Parts: sequence; C-alpha cells; structure tokens
Amino acid sequence: MTSPVVEVRNLRKTYPGAGRGAAPKTAVADVSFQVARGEIFGILGPNGAGKTTTVECLAGLRAADGGDIQVLGNNPRTDPMSVRQHVGVQLQEAALHDNITVDEAMRVFASFYPDPASVPELLDLLDLTAHGKQRFGKLSGGQKQRLSIALALVGKPQVAILDELTTGLDPAARRATWDLVERVRDSGVTILLVTHFMDEAERLCDRLAVIDKGRVVTEGTPASLIESLDGSRGVRLRFADPAARRRAADLLTLLSRQDDDVAAVRTTADEIEVTGTRRALFAVVQALAPAELVPDDVRTVTRTLEDVFVQVTGRQYQADENEEVAA
Amino acid sequence: MSAVGTVSAARSARGFGTLFATEARVWLRDPGAVFFALVFPVLLLVALGLVIPDFRTPMDDPGLPWENAPAVTIWMPTVLALAVATISLTTMPVQFATFREKGVLRRLATTPMPPQNLIGAHLVINVLALLVAAAAAVVGGMTVLGIPAAVDPLVVLLCFVLATTAMFSLGLLVAARAARGTSASGLGMLIYFPSLLFSGVWVPLPVMPDWMSEVSKYTPIGAAAQGMLAGWFGDGFPLAQVLVMLAWTVVLFPLGVKLFRWT
Repeated sequence: MTSPVVEVRNLRKTYPGAGRGAAPKTAVADVSFQVARGEIFGILGPNGAGKTTTVECLAGLRAADGGDIQVLGNNPRTDPMSVRQHVGVQLQEAALHDNITVDEAMRVFASFYPDPASVPELLDLLDLTAHGKQRFGKLSGGQKQRLSIALALVGKPQVAILDELTTGLDPAARRATWDLVERVRDSGVTILLVTHFMDEAERLCDRLAVIDKGRVVTEGTPASLIESLDGSRGVRLRFADPAARRRAADLLTLLSRQDDDVAAVRTTADEIEVTGTRRALFAVVQALAPAELVPDDVRTVTRTLEDVFVQVTGRQYQADENEEVAA
Repeated sequence: MSAVGTVSAARSARGFGTLFATEARVWLRDPGAVFFALVFPVLLLVALGLVIPDFRTPMDDPGLPWENAPAVTIWMPTVLALAVATISLTTMPVQFATFREKGVLRRLATTPMPPQNLIGAHLVINVLALLVAAAAAVVGGMTVLGIPAAVDPLVVLLCFVLATTAMFSLGLLVAARAARGTSASGLGMLIYFPSLLFSGVWVPLPVMPDWMSEVSKYTPIGAAAQGMLAGWFGDGFPLAQVLVMLAWTVVLFPLGVKLFRWT
C-alpha cells in the first residue's frame, strides 16, 4: 500500500476561554485518521464536534497544540507552501467579493498556481459556463457552492478538502453536488469531505471517521459500520386485527428465544418490530405462515449511520446539539 | 513589514499582477467608493466655490502672487486633506473589514497567495485613487475657479505624502480588528467627522479660533491641511506640522500592522 495522502495522529487543539477567567475549550481532544490516495474520506459529526478545527489545522490555518499532521508528506505548519500548492480548500462560508464575476474569480485563483487547470473546462464540469459574466453576489446558493468547489480545484490539487459543501442547498442541488464530487474523485483527486449530514456521508464516502466531542468514536466504511450494529436488520409488521397481533407477538417472542437470527421483538400500538440478522425476515415468515397469521403490511427497516452514532455515543444524533466553537 | 516590504513581497508572488488588475476593476464597480473617493472632493470644491459668495470674492492682496485670486483658494488645501481623509477613513477600512468578514483573507491563506498581498494591492489601489482625486480637485479648482498654483508646490507635495502615510496608517488601525464592514464604517465615521472639522471644512483654517487651530495642529489631518496651506501661500516651512504627521505615521503604521487580524 502506498503511503497515506493525509495522516493525522492524536491531534489536539484547545482554545482559550471566551472572557476573563473562562475555562479553556477543547475543540479537538484526540483525533487520528488516515486518508488513502483516490478515496473520498468523510469526517462526520454534529456541529461543534471539532470537524472544522481539524480541517483548519490540516489546511495550515491553525497551529495544533499536540499531535502530528502530514499532508502529502509535509507538515502544514512548517512547510505551508507545499501544502497550499497541492491542497484545494473549500471553506464553509462564501469567500469572495460580491462584485467579482465568476470568470474573474477563476482567473485570479488560477494565476496563483504554477500549472492551473483549464478555467473553461472547470466551469463546464461545474455547470457554470453560462454564469461566467455574473457577479458573485448575484449567484444562487448552489451556484456559489459550485464556484467555491471550482476555486478549490483550479490549482489542480492532489487533495481537495470540502467543508460542509451542501449546507443550505435544496435537495436537487444537493444531489447534483454529490454527483459532482464523485466526478471530481474519478478525475483522480483525493477528497476529504467534512459534513454533519449522515445521508451525505453514507452516500458519498468510501471510508469515514465519526467525530464526537473532539474524539474519533468510530471509523470504517459506511457499510461495515452499519453491519457492525447489533441487530442490523429490522422488520415491522402491522396487523389490523388486535387478536391476530397478540398471537403473532406471542409467536415471535417465543421465536426470539429459540432462533439466534432473531434478537428482539418490540410491540407498539399497532406494529410489531422484529430486529435481528439479515435472516430474521425468513424466520419471521416461517413462524407466521403455518399459523395463517398474514400481516396487513410488512416493512423492512434499514439501519443508517444515524443508528451507528446512537450506538457508539449512547444518545440521539442532533446535528446542532453542540455549541459551535467560536473561530 | 513595511509598506515597501509589502509591495516588493507582493511582486514576487505568482499572480500578483492578475490579482491587482482584478481588484482594481472590482474597486471601480462600487459606485459609493467611486463617488466619495474620486468625485466628492472636486465636486465639493467646485460647487461651493461657485455658489458661496464669500468664496468668490477676490482676496485683494496687492503685490502678492494670489492678488486677485478668489477667497476659495484658502480652502484648496482643506479639500486635499478631505480627499485623503475620505479614502483612508471611509473607503479603505470598510473594504478591509469586509474582506475579513466575508472570509476572503482566510480563503486566500489556503492558496499560495498570501492574504497580505491582497491588503498590499488595495493600499496601492487606494493611493492611486487618492492621486486621481487630488489631481481632479487641483485641476478643477484651477480651471473652473481660477485658484492660483501653489507658491511652494514641493511643500504641498511633502505634506500631501505625509498626510497620506499618517491617515492610511490610521485607516489600517481602524480596519485592523473590526469584525464587520459596518463596524469599520461606524468607527471610521466617528473619526472622519471631527477630522473634517480640524481640516477646516466647516470653519476655514485662517478664521479658526486659536484654541481650535492649536488642537488641529496635533491631529494628522489638521496638520496636513495647515501644512499644505503654508505651502500654497509660501508661508515658510511648516516644521511642526510635518513632524506631527511623521510621528502619527511612525506610531500608527506598526500598530495597525501588528494588530491586524487575518481571520
């Protein structure tokens, strides 16, 4: 295996407390991960978990208090130029003058790099060709976001860091942006995707690290993380007839004691939820069929990264639960 | 970092020419900046010079170079000082704080172009704009109002250059920490209006009460206006005013650079 493109080991960053005598705030307590060439690696976690601070340390915008960061074999603090030449960064908020046009912004940023990408090609890739003469202030949220990605790519970076790139976009624009990120990866760019959207991470990332309260709580491919959940499959059965529901519930509870594929049975007002392995559905069908208990509705419940978060942290996932650390 | 250092460091960075040219174009797209920085001084001078009867009265100083010149001549240095104050306190600090507010400086810090070069480019652009504004005011005053040329143009020029260094340093300090364009604008205005008073916009310098004139001498903009007035009428070398402006520059510029927040 080739050496990782990005390597973060035991990163730590504490900000002085706001105001006199306030306790210092630890934004990043202990974060480690590696990103391999050509992958889309996700950093996932609620707002305030330490994601942005991690990215800022990676981009050389902040000095870490502890730990070690290597980007393409260089330390962003001691050798910032090598990192700036080869890493494209898309920061959370808009970062251009309202009166600059799309073409102008692209040409100015291209001029900073020794071997920039072709501006017309990049505008075409990002579906911005028609907006070249438009001023930044007049662009829609999705267009601004796409321009921001184009600017991150104009220096032909080996690594692109994309921070919360679909925040504030409508569903159609989000999906279009996801397709775009995959196209960029296919062009050979390693992507570090920072997001608080579970669905985005699940859809895009080859591997990801879940960060909570400044620590990596779990890491892996989205599929492996979901697979590792207890009772990673669920079936919900609905019976209109209360008598049938009771009999079915009794049968299934009995089943859960005998069959290892069925882990738990839970009854709600008019539904029975059965969790277990992927064979649980077969076991349920085999138990109910001889008794002629035919449910009115059957739904399989898919587990998501949200369930992974609940399992590793012991609480519900709320994107905005933590107070954002002041910059 | 000195002003010269900024500019020479800027020149060595790849893409500075493109950055400079683009920023200059974008600067010209802001109608407010164009009007107040470029047009306002000459417009104010010519309009008031034509309208106010006292300004049109000849000074009637037989045997002197400005013998039959209109009284508005005494206001010419004030308008030059006004041009300096307008750009340095209203145009520039808002631009710099807006760069910070919008994350432009932070964004540049992730590219090979240091954000210091953007600030350097804008200092140069604003100095060029000031030169255009001052030239327009002088040419407008001389052609439309018949204001005579300065007796000691070199003294006027020296005071103008020092006014620029002192006031741009003050503007840089105003912009150094303001988190938003609006707060930089508010703070700039808070200094701008008293500055206009001390530079003689409302009470012309020669008729200012002594105490006010004395206070004015120690402000950068008051010293600038008084120094240029001395140069315009050949009233000897304004040593005190020159030293005052030098002192403000030497104190404020390093302070502005040191306190400047890049994020």
